[in-house]
Amino acid sequence: MSTASHTMVYEKKALPAKVATTGWALLILGLLLGVAAFMMDALRMQFVSIILFTFLAGIGITALFMVSIEYLAGAVWSTPIRRVFEMMSSIVLFLPLFALPVVLSMGNVFEWMSPKAATDQVLINKAPYLNQPFFLVRLAVILGIWILFYVLFTKNSRKQDETRDQSLTARNIKLSAIFIPVMGLSITALSIDFLMSLEPHWFSTIFGVNFFMGSLVAALSFITIAVILLNENGYLGKGIVRDHYYSLGFAMFAGCVFWTYTAFSQGMLIWYANMPEETPWYLHRWEDGWNVITISLLVVHFIVPLFALIQRKNKTNPARMIFMSCWLIFAHMFDLYWIVMPVHSHVAKIHGPSIGLAELAAALIAIGFIVVLFQQQTKNKNLVPVGDPKLQRGLAFRL
Amino acid sequence: MSKSQKMNKNEEQLFAVTGQFETPDDIMHAAEKAACRYRKFDVHTPYPVHGMDGAMGLGESPIGWVTILVGSTCMLLMLGFISWISLIDYPIVWAGKPYFNLPGYIPILFEITILTGAVTTVLVLFLIVSGFPRNNHPLHDTPYMQRVSDDRFGLCIEAADENFNEAEARALLEEMGAKDIAPIYFNPVEADAGLRLSNPIFMVFLAGVVVVVSGASYFALNRMLELPPFNWMNVQDKTVPQTLHTVFADGRSMQKPVEGTVPRGYLPEDNYKEDPDAMAKYFANPLPASQEVFELGREKYESRCSACHGFYGEGDSRLQGQYPAPPTLHSKKVVDEWNDARIYHVITYGQNIMPAYAKQLTKDERWAVVHYIRALQRSLNPKESDLQ
Ligand code: HEC
Repeated sequence: MSTASHTMVYEKKALPAKVATTGWALLILGLLLGVAAFMMDALRMQFVSIILFTFLAGIGITALFMVSIEYLAGAVWSTPIRRVFEMMSSIVLFLPLFALPVVLSMGNVFEWMSPKAATDQVLINKAPYLNQPFFLVRLAVILGIWILFYVLFTKNSRKQDETRDQSLTARNIKLSAIFIPVMGLSITALSIDFLMSLEPHWFSTIFGVNFFMGSLVAALSFITIAVILLNENGYLGKGIVRDHYYSLGFAMFAGCVFWTYTAFSQGMLIWYANMPEETPWYLHRWEDGWNVITISLLVVHFIVPLFALIQRKNKTNPARMIFMSCWLIFAHMFDLYWIVMPVHSHVAKIHGPSIGLAELAAALIAIGFIVVLFQQQTKNKNLVPVGDPKLQRGLAFRL
Repeated sequence: MSKSQKMNKNEEQLFAVTGQFETPDDIMHAAEKAACRYRKFDVHTPYPVHGMDGAMGLGESPIGWVTILVGSTCMLLMLGFISWISLIDYPIVWAGKPYFNLPGYIPILFEITILTGAVTTVLVLFLIVSGFPRNNHPLHDTPYMQRVSDDRFGLCIEAADENFNEAEARALLEEMGAKDIAPIYFNPVEADAGLRLSNPIFMVFLAGVVVVVSGASYFALNRMLELPPFNWMNVQDKTVPQTLHTVFADGRSMQKPVEGTVPRGYLPEDNYKEDPDAMAKYFANPLPASQEVFELGREKYESRCSACHGFYGEGDSRLQGQYPAPPTLHSKKVVDEWNDARIYHVITYGQNIMPAYAKQLTKDERWAVVHYIRALQRSLNPKESDLQ
């Protein structure tokens, strides 16, 4: 509102070298562990590579979703920190790389690719959709679209830093209107392909929404960590205050609750209807000790964040927000573990939940990769969209 | 009139000193400054100005605690209630689920938490914060309120503040650049005359509203509009089984049969297969010897029996020895010794090589055939009266 007090004084500063060092260290350690895990237990690593891919894909695309929803809704609170969203969404550029291990091991992980599928009437009926060539075409189209939109959004946004041309905002608004439905469909298709089709007899119509929400919470968590660390250390200029942290926390809270809503409705309806084609998916996540994991997921992904994030004093406290962000990143990985690994146990004939080196490797790779990527992205870009017409209003944002 | 007005005027007290600002920024700064000195002051703006709580130095509102405490208490009460119903009061298996069906309860618990939390929050705001049912406030009908609900941003420093001093407050407002600085007076007598929740008149009024509204609804819906909704004729003025009935002395709608009788069509015939004599003893031809019955008996006899027994019952089979010819139906045994029920037994269960006809002929048809056989017998041995 005020022009004097909220004017941003932004001066680009390079991130300290230790960010890159940490990132590379984590990434390389993760890769080494990954290779070791592959040597020890190839099947587990193949299943975990699905977790890794869907984790990064979900975060990348939902970060881009946050960018587009800001344009479309005319939101101002997130404008000063939108660059962080954009940088996080640059993950989509590298998704083909992470999809590669999954594609190479498709025959081992997807039941619909196994020889048994040829004699299974349900899978024969689903074969027109669930077959390798079509799967690869879908994957290519989805990633292609995401990369295309990422390039378009960020190109306009960066150009605005120099030109201050307001029509670029208008162009991104139009782009968002196209992007959002496309994103909704493509993230659903991706989650069906990579996660739901692991148990190809099973189906749930809300599955895509659930994956989207889980990913959104994780993306917001990474973004929150980045925003708080950058801002508290003065990399975002002056003007971003705790009200902005609050909004990030608020979005995370809403995401967690909506994630629970979809997860619970899916579970409860299947439990109530008790139909033989739907219940096995849950039985695989309940029997053999998996019920401990299922209940823990509820606690980790819902109950703790519910009470932690409902309080304003936590959402405006940088240290607690960073803690909760780390917590929720873990929660999302745990969610994906819960979706993918029971299938691994089934295929590998392991009774009950287990954890191996592969999971640790995937976590290190994901986090290391994001840190390195982020550090690379900050090299020659402004960390604040200095040319955005909504910037001043965004800085003046107060609860 | 004029005297009382004058008296009221004298009793008027200072409520606050107000000042108006032009822009939201100005009011923000004014609020920040006022917050340094005063605690009892308020800001009035035509629309919500974000960040005002911070500028006014307001802490977190405690209202959230009301919401969560009431919401979770009611959730627990509801959980107890549902559990009591489904575990203690009326345990019933629903859809093969356990009695304590927690996933099924969750939507209800969720709804009840939201509903009670939200409604109580609003009520508490009404009753405690807005002082409902107090319906007046010193700022009502003042030029200040007219302006700040339109295009200006107002700051109102209340006299109740311990640091308040009229001249000082004016000076502060002037220093901040406020326009139209004005004191606001109020009449404590009038203010207290306003309704309060504790006011007995108000409580009686509320109770009266409850009684009148519920009574009127009851009267309108159950007395005046006594139109039962269309119920697909499920409710009728008739006696239905298994109910009480006022007509009969024993109060039952379903009466027992008269002692020693059997309703028509309910004869326990099946028990007599092996005992023709008993059947002969207990049964009698229920049909009258009428023209129609003879016609029916003739039709059935000629189609079912005559092939073996001959058209007149003389045992002159038309089957030309392919089937043993039956004896005549005009034997002394059949005519004189056998009663109708004994013949009926042969038709119903057969006799030696004669097959049973229970499947082909109904009970009435069988009795009608018996009548016809009696007629045939009599035709060979007519009575005096028959010949006339
Ligand atoms: C298939 C040929 C056949 C038909 C049709 C038939 N009967 Fe007979 N009926 C017999 C024979 C044979 C006997 C003798 C049975 C025995 O040895 O006791 C008999 C016996 C009887 C007797 C007992 C006579 C006696 O002296 O014991 C009666 C009464 C009788 N039939 C009535 C009927 C009636 C009424 C019908 C038509 C509904 C009928 N029958 C149809 C073959 C037939």
